[in-house]
Amino acid sequence: MALATRTDPERAAQKGPRQRPEPPRKPARSPSLIGSVWRSTVGKKAVMAVTGLIMLAYLAVHMLGNLKIFFGPGDFNGYAHWLRTLGEPALHYEWFLWLVRVALVASVVLHAVAAYQLSRRDLAARPQKYARRRQKSSYATRTMRWGGVILGLFIVWHILDLTTLTVNEHAEPGHPYQNVVATFSTWYGNTIYIVAMLALGLHIRHGLWSAAQTLGTGRPHRDRALKIVSTAVAAVLAGGFIAVPIGVMTGVVS
Amino acid sequence: MRLTLRIWRQHGPNEPGAMTAYEVDGISPEMSFLEMLDTLNEELILRGEEPVAFDHDCREGICGACGMVINGQAHGPERTTTCQLHMRHFSDGDTIDVEPWRAAAFPVVKDLVVDRSAFDRIIGSGGYISAPTGSAPDAHATPVPKPVADTAFEHAECIGCGACVAACPNGSAMLFTSAKVVHLNVLPQGQPERESRVLDMVGAMDEEGFGGCTNTGECAVACPKGIPLQSISMMNREFLRASMKGGRS
Ligand code: HEM
Ligand code: FES
Repeated sequence: MALATRTDPERAAQKGPRQRPEPPRKPARSPSLIGSVWRSTVGKKAVMAVTGLIMLAYLAVHMLGNLKIFFGPGDFNGYAHWLRTLGEPALHYEWFLWLVRVALVASVVLHAVAAYQLSRRDLAARPQKYARRRQKSSYATRTMRWGGVILGLFIVWHILDLTTLTVNEHAEPGHPYQNVVATFSTWYGNTIYIVAMLALGLHIRHGLWSAAQTLGTGRPHRDRALKIVSTAVAAVLAGGFIAVPIGVMTGVVS
Repeated sequence: MRLTLRIWRQHGPNEPGAMTAYEVDGISPEMSFLEMLDTLNEELILRGEEPVAFDHDCREGICGACGMVINGQAHGPERTTTCQLHMRHFSDGDTIDVEPWRAAAFPVVKDLVVDRSAFDRIIGSGGYISAPTGSAPDAHATPVPKPVADTAFEHAECIGCGACVAACPNGSAMLFTSAKVVHLNVLPQGQPERESRVLDMVGAMDEEGFGGCTNTGECAVACPKGIPLQSISMMNREFLRASMKGGRS
């Protein structure tokens, strides 16, 4: 009997083609949305994309703030003070700054934990290498894992250097302008920051485009535009940050 | 043409394997890659050796049965299936490396044959529709806008060969899964299971031990049917949308 050509008698009796039988009821899914998203590779990647975008938004503001260094110590130190009084009187002194810090720490931790868990899974899914391999992906794509680790280490160094001033010789609390100049008056300060910002540029170049794919906005006709935007954002961000050590090295900022 | 082949030989699923070198002569440029392997196998049989096991069926690029990694590329240097790859893309004297698909979810059965039943289980978890679509004339009763039909067709082209998994550095099945999810989720007939389909198929994919997507893009380069990389992004959107809705239809 030609099953494929039989018309369902129930369906034939129905008026319009739009009426369909009730779909089979699926049993209730995981009780929590967050749990089921975090457990899936697609959901966990979405967490990475969102936390990455939060960090990226912060970095954009941070980079613009840093450029105030070119307008002298008054401007820069005044800006640093304003960040602490922002939101007053609704918020207490430094509360705004602490809110931002909590959001950032949460983002970094979620991003890194998801990266670690997904990477372990990815490596386990391809236990045996090919005898011959043709590498086609870009440098930025291939360096996401190690680049991310470099950025993680950099974040720690950066906080010890310019927030807690633990590793910054000649630093004085409350004088951010002078402390930045002190950092970039050492060869290792310049090296660490410039290398880290180049790594940041690469991470964002793949990361921003990748986040657009992960969050479901990638389409073939949009791909070129998304790649151009990611590369441009990465270049502007890395360039903006690197301008500061260059400024100190060349004596424009002193 | 005279060629040196280095082929992965492995007697069974749990046996150790190794790349083994063979010489073949008298290969014509018109032969397909599989015909070249047939030539080698005939010689091996005459010499009383075990022929190289490989999967194949239609030999016209539509069934998805064939597939091997040739010189580090899934299905070799051309964007086609191994059965449709012709020897004119190689030169006399070449050394060609032939390996099975490598992925934890695709265990080697023998030589170049891998077990791809993980794909069947992903399809079984949601790659179908429950709407009765009737006989051929009834297909016109549900109008499908041209752009939607085009998207569905583009994704329906997937033949499930597994080249995407083989090419992906993470052994991820995202391109395969997304091809089916997008194919059915854009069509009106696919709507009743729109949410459960993507959630169940992604769940099944994760359970099989495939890796995640890092948007490396190797899968779409290897795909003999040209499923676009952005298919994955469309599935991600469907997944996030379904998750937001709590998985209810
Ligand atoms: C703790 C340090 C960090 C580690 C270990 C890390 C690691 C990673 C890894 C492994 C990926 C996935 C790459 C891939 O798709 O193959 C990734 C993606 C990403 N990272 Fe990071 N990263 C770190 C810091 C940052 C920072 C500071 C930013 C801020 C701009 C950032 C932004 C992104 C974005 C936007 C993505 C894309 C997510 C997606 O693919 O959807 N990451 N990171
Ligand atoms: S044998 Fe059918 S696609 Fe190659």
